[in-house]
Amino acid sequence: MELPAEPVAPGLFTWPAEEPRLIGSRCHDCGAVTFPARGSCPACTSLAVEERLLGRTGTLWSWTVQRFRPKAPYAGPDEFEPYGVGYVELPGEVRVEARLTVADPDRLRIGMPMELVVVPWGDRVTYAFAPREGDER
Amino acid sequence: MTAPEVAIVGIGLHPFGRHDGVPARAMGVAAVRAALADAGVEWRDVDFAFGGSRDGGNADALVTDFGLTGLPFVNVRNGCATGGSALVAADTTIRAGAGRLGVVVGFDKHAPGAFGSDPAAYGLGSWYGETGLMVTTQFFALKIQRYLHDHGITPAALARVAARAFRNGAANPNAWRRRPLTEAEIGAAPMVADPLTRYMFCSPGEGAVALVVAPGDEARRWCERPVFLRSAAVRTRRYGSFEVFSPSLAAERADSPTVDAARAAFAAAGIGPDDVGVAQLQDTDAGAEIMHLAECGLCKDGEQEEWLARGVTDIGGALPVNTDGGCLANGEPIGASGLRQVYEVVAQLQGRAGDRQIPGDPRVGFTHVYGAPGISACTVLSR
Repeated sequence: MELPAEPVAPGLFTWPAEEPRLIGSRCHDCGAVTFPARGSCPACTSLAVEERLLGRTGTLWSWTVQRFRPKAPYAGPDEFEPYGVGYVELPGEVRVEARLTVADPDRLRIGMPMELVVVPWGDRVTYAFAPREGDER
Repeated sequence: MTAPEVAIVGIGLHPFGRHDGVPARAMGVAAVRAALADAGVEWRDVDFAFGGSRDGGNADALVTDFGLTGLPFVNVRNGCATGGSALVAADTTIRAGAGRLGVVVGFDKHAPGAFGSDPAAYGLGSWYGETGLMVTTQFFALKIQRYLHDHGITPAALARVAARAFRNGAANPNAWRRRPLTEAEIGAAPMVADPLTRYMFCSPGEGAVALVVAPGDEARRWCERPVFLRSAAVRTRRYGSFEVFSPSLAAERADSPTVDAARAAFAAAGIGPDDVGVAQLQDTDAGAEIMHLAECGLCKDGEQEEWLARGVTDIGGALPVNTDGGCLANGEPIGASGLRQVYEVVAQLQGRAGDRQIPGDPRVGFTHVYGAPGISACTVLSR
């Protein structure tokens, strides 16, 4: 299936791309990595930050399942389906909050390997993390 | 011995819950009138006021109902720390000698259901809300999920917290949820955000609280048994703390604003967590109370499950927590919530908490709120 070309917001992840990457920033002075990219460093307040493409794989640091339809500005499908949400730890970089492609609590566990994917979001696309293939228990 | 500098000499509260047809400001008016009556003072005696409401209108507009005396009345808008921040401002005013008798008021009335939040108001892109990541309940679930994992606590502890909250709420005539629920009922309720079920979350609600504050050395003029505000502190998040509405978190954890605010409050009071005889802690969800117990320094990480099993935090336990039923049984009208905690501690320390009165003549109380986007306010109170 061909995915839409337009991301849910510009500057969040590289797209279209064979292997999409989240676009974060790294502080030149203290090394802190943030996502999304920021114009200053939240750790040391330096303005010397540079864009950095983040790693595509990591481990699930925490997770939950969103089981009710959020209020506006939520713009998901009319028919609400529960979805997974988690923080994925990208080693040596940062923990990124994201939708998960899995919403079944029996298939989610802290520490499981995850990888970045781009998924349809209406007529656009957004980023999410999926269990890394072959690693799923 | 000289008296502590600031005292609470009157308390007033409009019952929490749902009050169809009653505007938030009418609840605010009722709470202020009750607090003034409790202190035995008139509105014309009040030198200054601080107050706030998220959805209920301007606090300073309450003067229309009391009389236009020209007093300085400052509106405070600081999320879940609105009440705490108003109290900090009143505390500072008295310590500075800039005012003598003050009123602090918080009131609110929210639409049913979880709060909706505007990403732009928090400096976030609209995508964050559109894609369903900007939901406070999600954050609390993600935080407790990790905490349970790190400290080997089971979901049974979450049900115990909620059951105690509803038990205490049943004994509090001003609470919203007054029906006790068993741990089994709570655990078997529909899941809202794993591992938290419907009865493990508080709901946005309605209510109002007001306090009359005065210089400590004059307190007995207005109150036979004054409770002293030994300290009040507000802190915001630091880099690395795990906060609501965070698209990313630093890989290395830092202390939360709760840890910072609690430490600052205890240090300023010269009173330690071990001295606390009653505590009201932010329980947006059952997990939040568990984590805040440790973050405030009242117990060690991982100790909570055993504490709960032994009833340490029950009325009658060594450290009663959320004796009025907390947010779980009272709901969360944001402007009023933090001041409800102070109201409850004052009532407990004065021995007039009715059916929920804790035994043993407590002398020191503690309050704590937490909210978006990573803010906490704590107070230490004593007789």
